[in-house]
Amino acid sequence: MADITTGTFGTGVSTVRWRAGLEKIAIPLGALVVSALLFSVFLLALGKNPLTFYALIWQGGFSSFFSIQNTLQRAAPLILTGLAFAVPATIGLTMIGAEGALVLGGFAAAAIAVPLVVAEAPVVLTMLIMVVFAMSAGAMLTMIAGWLRHARGVNETISSLLLTYIAVATMNFFVEGILRDPNSANKPSTVPIGDAYKVGAIPGTDVHWGLAAGLVLAVLLYFLMFRTTFGFAARVTGGNPRAALAQGLPVGKLILACAAISGACAGLAGYYEVAAIHGQANASLVAGYGFTGILVAFLARQNPLAIVPVAILFGALDASGGLIQRRMDLPDATIQVLQGLIFVVLLTSETLTGRIRFFQPGIGK
Amino acid sequence: MLETRFSRRSILKSGAAGFAVATLPLGFATRAVAQTPVILGVVYVGPRDDFGWNQAQAVAIEVLKTVPNVTVIEEENVPETDAVTQSMESMINLDGANLILGTSFGYFDPFMIDLAKKYPDVQFRHAAPLWNDTMPMNLGGYFAYLNQAHFVNGVAAGLSSPTGKLGFVAAKPIPTVLSNINSFLLGARSVNPAATVQVIFTGEWSMPVREAEAANALVDAGCDVLTCHVDGPKVVIETAESRGVKCCGHNADQGPLAPNGFITGAEYKWVTIYQMFADMLAKGEILPNVVVGGYHNDMVQNSPYGAGATPEAIAAADAAMAALKEGKPIYVGPLNDNQGNLVIEGTMDNYDPVLDGMNYLLEGVIGSIT
Amino acid sequence: MTAGMLTTILIAMLGGAIRVSTPFMFVALGETITEKSGRINLGLEGNLVLGAMVAYGVSYETGQPWLGVLCAGFSGVFLGLIHGLICSLPRVNDIAVGIAMMTFGIGVAFFFGKPYIQPSAPRLESLPLGNWSDNPALRSALEINPLFFVGIIMAAVIWWMLANTRPGVILRMVGDSEPSARAMGVNPIKVRVLATAAGGFMAGVGGAFLSLSYPGSWNEGLSSGQGLMAVALVIFARWNPLRCILAALLFGAAGAIGPALQSVGISQGYYFFNAAPYILTLFIMIASARSGASAAVAPGELSIVK
Repeated sequence: MADITTGTFGTGVSTVRWRAGLEKIAIPLGALVVSALLFSVFLLALGKNPLTFYALIWQGGFSSFFSIQNTLQRAAPLILTGLAFAVPATIGLTMIGAEGALVLGGFAAAAIAVPLVVAEAPVVLTMLIMVVFAMSAGAMLTMIAGWLRHARGVNETISSLLLTYIAVATMNFFVEGILRDPNSANKPSTVPIGDAYKVGAIPGTDVHWGLAAGLVLAVLLYFLMFRTTFGFAARVTGGNPRAALAQGLPVGKLILACAAISGACAGLAGYYEVAAIHGQANASLVAGYGFTGILVAFLARQNPLAIVPVAILFGALDASGGLIQRRMDLPDATIQVLQGLIFVVLLTSETLTGRIRFFQPGIGK
Repeated sequence: MLETRFSRRSILKSGAAGFAVATLPLGFATRAVAQTPVILGVVYVGPRDDFGWNQAQAVAIEVLKTVPNVTVIEEENVPETDAVTQSMESMINLDGANLILGTSFGYFDPFMIDLAKKYPDVQFRHAAPLWNDTMPMNLGGYFAYLNQAHFVNGVAAGLSSPTGKLGFVAAKPIPTVLSNINSFLLGARSVNPAATVQVIFTGEWSMPVREAEAANALVDAGCDVLTCHVDGPKVVIETAESRGVKCCGHNADQGPLAPNGFITGAEYKWVTIYQMFADMLAKGEILPNVVVGGYHNDMVQNSPYGAGATPEAIAAADAAMAALKEGKPIYVGPLNDNQGNLVIEGTMDNYDPVLDGMNYLLEGVIGSIT
Repeated sequence: MTAGMLTTILIAMLGGAIRVSTPFMFVALGETITEKSGRINLGLEGNLVLGAMVAYGVSYETGQPWLGVLCAGFSGVFLGLIHGLICSLPRVNDIAVGIAMMTFGIGVAFFFGKPYIQPSAPRLESLPLGNWSDNPALRSALEINPLFFVGIIMAAVIWWMLANTRPGVILRMVGDSEPSARAMGVNPIKVRVLATAAGGFMAGVGGAFLSLSYPGSWNEGLSSGQGLMAVALVIFARWNPLRCILAALLFGAAGAIGPALQSVGISQGYYFFNAAPYILTLFIMIASARSGASAAVAPGELSIVK
């Protein structure tokens, strides 16, 4: 396929690429600074010291090995749910059902583990089956939305939201019903998978393997969406569905495939919530990671690689939120206000893309 | 009954102390006696001012802030996910916390158990009766049996209700909730054998619109006293008042919300437990692994009577409170569940661990747990 | 199921439709105005929650619930204007900004709403329209808040204005084709900003209903996604204000099914009964959708259907 950015045509073009690449970093960083300044005004109005505030964010998010692990652990599910939104967004689908796919995926993994653990099945095999079930269950949910969109013209944004509510009700129904562990008295849950079948931490850290899975998938999906024919076709379809149809692209199959990837990513996040964190499925799976992933993906402009740093930024803000509550006597909603402000300013800054002369040395000369 | 129960507890307690002295380096034990500054981290699942569970905790924790060598740090709205591990570890690593109180049920397993193993020098205490001696000794639980106060609610409601049809808005069919419902029924039946309790589960701890819908549905079904077990009872109480029926409160004193119909309410008295903790910390002692209680040791109470309580109801409720303080049992068999199965044969002590696993609604409760 | 039980459930559904539908109605109508201009504001959940907090706070501080409703509306205008202005810049994605504004609005509401969880604020009085009946359940179901009627009247007015008035035609033209609007000398940006602000006002008023009428108190769990769902209902209602009312009523009635079934003793599987509104909406959408049918009536400039 023709993609001039993959080729090198001498130094002139490489300068263009270098400066254009800088733009992708400089504008978001500038936006972060602007939102920090705006939030400082808010803090000063409340009589709080902004410098203390930002020092605490640094301390809670990055200053020590512990803080960095805290940040990464919180970022892990967001990378996967961010990917779950970004991939279908590339083809023009606004799917907000990652939360449901995560919950259903985690539930499916925990449910299939119950007989396997009883039968003392081999650990690796059990993990593999759990992963497959989690990803398939997630994919099934989002594929329903994708199929309804393609075959019946049902808006995928609504159907994916509705399916999320239905997925949560389904999990609750089984977890409080036939799949309930009789010992899970006051917090209805499925039977625990047990430590032997849980996923451990990445050696030398306390961060679970879900982070590694997220990083690998981010790279794989970047190549899929930007370096393969499939990705090219998906992006063409996302840019102009009618043209894609006219060119004979298999739009229906592309939509279903992107929807499936989306649900599989979210389902995998659900698997790690069960296998690395909770050890069982219960109402705590509904933690909002799916919805936060939407923002992560938007801020990363649906680019799988950019999702990683954005998710880490979110993780750091979450990680330092507690410290700010404890040290500055500010309510928990403070971080939410800051997050909202950062999102709004970052999204606003997109308008500067391509409009600052420095970053476009090759254009407008 | 009570005696055996408490001797079991004291064995546990002395066992804990013995373990600490026997296994920890001598230096630690001496330091503990020499009043090491205590940095106490408290984690809440919701906002500290939710007019319900979290607020009841937060208000009582204030007494710990008065102890000279104790610094309290607090964090609210921490969900029952990995976030609780991260928050508690952050308190330990960044703030130097050496005592952590987790005030939400779902914090315990696996999060606080794992943390107790990982940080053996930090003490962890959790607000539910989940700890047992197979678990780490630097972990423990404390809990008050609110169902005793719900029993008193039932007594007062049974005599204040003209029809004997009582309604209960409940979050989820779990043992603590079921025990409150069943005790409410038994209280009402102790004064009005024909009383019934109709229950509606909302499925969520906090879902105000559905709670209001459930309260309306119960009134429409003919109930003339409502009570509830949800995180924030304000909506149910205010809906009952506006529909002109009576109500009993839960978790905090909701009397002012229902000036016409309020009867009384079931309240924790966390301050009793936290005052005990404060006294022990002031003396440099390690907190016990198990603290439980109810009316007999002043850990639960009933809200001041409102205009909805009839004079007979007040007299009977006062008598019920006095009897509970003496240890009078609530669950006296034989009792059937509402499917007709015999579930309680003999007389159960109010703190019998078997009751912690309650998974049925007694005969007289209209509703189903599945 | 006996006839008596059926009556109970039907009355409960009637009451539920009236009590629960109003916030959906206001948010959906507001979103209809916004989307008719070719913009989508997915963040009305933020307006709803902020409106609920502002209405409660103002009513508590001043003792004037209707002043609270008005202030809630203006808090919605504030958020709507930010959304509208930011999205007027080139390359800015309106869906993303909507989600960001939702986070921001909810954050601000929670931050400033802490002192108002505890106190009781004066609520909006309902009209007792059921006094003719001696059935107490029916009487209660027909205790109707004036905002319910305001919502229905607004729907009719908006529907009529869209079809028959100059502002309505301009709004639709901007939404359907920006070039032709410009050719007619209309400034599409101005129209869209105003439409988003108007939508924000409506959503704020919807929030006021939650905190001042039903369930009638302020706390952080007050909205369980009503704002998000109402935005979805607009697409379901195919951008028709009258169908928005129907959708909101249906959604409210379905929400009453769960508690009502339990009140007549049917409680097995209550999670699914409680999810009835979502399941029902999905089935109706599947049944009524034809490929392209909704795209045909959708505003042409709307990013979500492009």
